[in-house]
Amino acid sequence: MADVRRSMRAYRAVLASRARSQASYRASFRMDLVGALLVGIIEFTEIWVLYTASDQIGGFTLAQIMLVFGLADLAFSLADLVFGHCDNLPLYVRKGTLDVFFLRPQPVLAQLVTSDLSLRRIGRCLVGATALTVGLVVNDIDWGVGTIGLLVLSLACGFVIFAAQFVMAAGLQFFLINGAEMTNAFVYGGRYAATQPATVWPRALLVLFGGIFPVAFAAYLPVSTLLGVPSVAGLPVWLGWCAPVAALWAVCVAWLCWRWGLRHYRGAGG
Amino acid sequence: MNVIETEGLTRVFTGRPDRKNRLRRARHVAVDGLDLTVETGESVGYIGANGAGKSTTIKMLVGILVPTSGAVTTVGLHPLKQRRALARRIGVVFGQRSQLWWDLPVRESFSILSAIHSLSAGDERTRTAELVDMLEMGEFLTTPVRQLSLGQRMRAEVAAALLHRPELLILDEPTIGLDVLSKQRLREFLVAQRREHGTTLLLTTHDMGDVERLCDRILVVDHGRLAFDGTLDGLARTVGARRELVVDLATASPDLVDLDGAEHVRSESGGLRQRLAFDPQHTTAARLLAAVSERAEVLDLSITEPDIEDVVREIYRATRG
Repeated sequence: MADVRRSMRAYRAVLASRARSQASYRASFRMDLVGALLVGIIEFTEIWVLYTASDQIGGFTLAQIMLVFGLADLAFSLADLVFGHCDNLPLYVRKGTLDVFFLRPQPVLAQLVTSDLSLRRIGRCLVGATALTVGLVVNDIDWGVGTIGLLVLSLACGFVIFAAQFVMAAGLQFFLINGAEMTNAFVYGGRYAATQPATVWPRALLVLFGGIFPVAFAAYLPVSTLLGVPSVAGLPVWLGWCAPVAALWAVCVAWLCWRWGLRHYRGAGG
Repeated sequence: MNVIETEGLTRVFTGRPDRKNRLRRARHVAVDGLDLTVETGESVGYIGANGAGKSTTIKMLVGILVPTSGAVTTVGLHPLKQRRALARRIGVVFGQRSQLWWDLPVRESFSILSAIHSLSAGDERTRTAELVDMLEMGEFLTTPVRQLSLGQRMRAEVAAALLHRPELLILDEPTIGLDVLSKQRLREFLVAQRREHGTTLLLTTHDMGDVERLCDRILVVDHGRLAFDGTLDGLARTVGARRELVVDLATASPDLVDLDGAEHVRSESGGLRQRLAFDPQHTTAARLLAAVSERAEVLDLSITEPDIEDVVREIYRATRG
């Protein structure tokens, strides 16, 4: 226990200094916050525009998809808030900051995650939380312990699944300097896919985002179960409860990628 | 106890596939079967040309790089399996990388590092005060790191690496780019640090002054292999590291040959400027100057130190045959 408290002190010291330095640039912080908010709103508008052409997409109405969007976006934004710094890995490799992480008595991944704090990402969380709240109000939901349990479970597992995508991408960056385009495809592409009904996906995407990068378990499948909307043909209704399995799978893959990447790290010369 | 022990330590980098033969990858052996032992309290200079394998060795010693083969233990620990325990017992300064937070005042970087190394509040205070005093950092303690001069930043980096009282201090090019005075200060501090705490020192450098003033043992590495292991005197004997006395004379004079302990290198401007090489073990600059003055009137003089590149080149030539 003393050990945990001791290691917490290290992360707290770094994060507190990061928060202070951001707070000292107030105007810039506010603009970042508004910017992040706008991006979130635009992303929702994209979906809303689709629904002006059709009442139903993949068996989901706009109200129902609001719930999928809210759940997925909130889980993603929270994961982004905590693990988004993994995106900086190529920069840290080039600048040699990563070497310095190796010289400190904390796990490298934990240092990477806590190396900075982007408070502006809170703006994104607000968009997701609002969409989720609206989605919960406008839909006809049969409230009960099971419903709440499913929502909490999905949100927690969604967070873990998206966090795992960030870590996996970072692990792969050890090999693919300048490979961010590729990893962004499943990190940010995965977020986008998660906010849509999987019924409209072609089979290949279904395998990709239902299995390999299991973001379908973050929102779409649980909401299908919750609202009783039939999901992709042939899939059982209880699949919405399987998010923990998907999260476990995502964590294992991410952990392997990270270990593998770290062992192949070759330093930034000099 | 041995602070550093390596056996057959090897690191091979495989690059992109060869352009001519796509099946073969370019292989570069950065460190090649290195056997190394450094004992507690030693001060070792690790020198070699650029790309000789110095940084790669250090990165394997501290657990940044995975060796391709061979064994390595640092302060008795396995650098990969026990990296975190190792980090608590060694201090490392990479001249080109910063441990500090560039947008924070120096003092705040120290307090974060104290938290990282779990120093108690009291320990943090006394240790910081001690280092601030010894490295004369008082005047820039509240300055953000990005505004420090190179000399100030390097002192802060060394302090940061020593905050947790490591047994082994590894310095990679600590004096690179520093002016003469900053170099001198840093060296004096390191000597005092060793004397008081018995810290083992391993440093890579391109500066002969660092080696002369800080190291009692020298390792020269060439293509990832040890080319020399011995004392500074031994190194000087092997390669004849000589100083050069350059004298400007009042009148054009004949070549100053046959001076005791010195060798005439060449004359310029018809004998107005002459260069004499001498071995500091056999004669002193003062004695040589006196001998020159007997023959001609000296207007000006300068002494050039042997260049570490020359020393290394000589060693390479000697060992490669």
